[in-house]
Amino acid sequence: MKCRVCRDRAAIQVRRHNANFCPEHFVEHVHRQVERTIHDHRMWEPGEKLVLGVSGGKDSLALWDILTDLGHRVDGVYLHLGIDGYSSDSLQFSQAFAAERGLDLTVVDLPAEYGFSVPEAAAASRRVPCSACGLSKRYILNQVAEDGGYDVLVMGHNLDDEAATLFGNVIQWNIDYLSRQSPVLPATEGGLARKVKPLIRLAERETAAYCVIRGIDYEVEECPMAAGNTVNRYKEWLNRLEDASPGIKAQFLFGYFERGAPVFEDASEDPGLQPCQVCGQPTTGETCAFCRLRNLTAVRISGMEA
Amino acid sequence: MRVILRQPRREIEVSGIRRVDRLLEHLDMVAESVLVIRGDELLTSDIGLEEDDVIELRPVISGG
Repeated sequence: MKCRVCRDRAAIQVRRHNANFCPEHFVEHVHRQVERTIHDHRMWEPGEKLVLGVSGGKDSLALWDILTDLGHRVDGVYLHLGIDGYSSDSLQFSQAFAAERGLDLTVVDLPAEYGFSVPEAAAASRRVPCSACGLSKRYILNQVAEDGGYDVLVMGHNLDDEAATLFGNVIQWNIDYLSRQSPVLPATEGGLARKVKPLIRLAERETAAYCVIRGIDYEVEECPMAAGNTVNRYKEWLNRLEDASPGIKAQFLFGYFERGAPVFEDASEDPGLQPCQVCGQPTTGETCAFCRLRNLTAVRISGMEA
Repeated sequence: MRVILRQPRREIEVSGIRRVDRLLEHLDMVAESVLVIRGDELLTSDIGLEEDDVIELRPVISGG
């Protein structure tokens, strides 16, 4: 296969674009896709302060590299989840990336600063670990954005993440979540930062390829807590469809944003956010879900120690 | 050839396979879910393979 731009040997085939690229022109392609996404969705204005959620995986490190290359100043925040081995390895990849490029990375240690790990929270709440993980990430990243005076919280969600989420919400007809799925989640008056997803035009195969081409070391191994989770299963199914019909994932997602999302726009009621009585972060009830999880886990840990 | 698989990392021996697409077919893998890497090079599905190659099949699905 030849690169569609220069006719050199291709390194990657992007079937939904009916295109093959050599390493150099693939990097250009990736940059163009991200630039276009930021521009089309007006993700931020010049001068706004950006912070990126960094996991040490391919998506967040690729995005940090792309945005830096495109001239955006972005700080990073890494959340140590207390998952044996995995969290420390991921932290090392994140720190090495930031150090090599002179970028600022804030590290928040969940066990040290909040008194519990994701495996402990999952056991205490009897929910799947990904649920406790997602809740903790949303809470702490928002807290970091607020404390650091950041205008925008940048996330590494890619086309596959968003398509799989959409698929799951359609399967369950989760109207509330459907009405909130968007490339940009605006800031709320209650204190939730604007959240943006500049990678939604790139499949995760492309962010992984980008890392290989750019020599970015990332955590290749999957989180031991996430093995067999539902979203990954949806991704496998969607990739089988994509293999048979290239472009179907993008059609599904962008078709939803263009034609489906407006239908659901007014489907959910205004949640009426108010400050959590414990921590002050916005919540729909008296105590936010994170503080309830933290308390539940503390009770379980102290019970085990007694 | 030696094939390195991930999640978790392990190695298998495969012989008699001459092309990347045939290797993926042989292992029942979908091209969209994996990168095929030889050394530090990405390989497209039409690339020929040799018996003494070391090929990494790196899954790209992650997170949740």
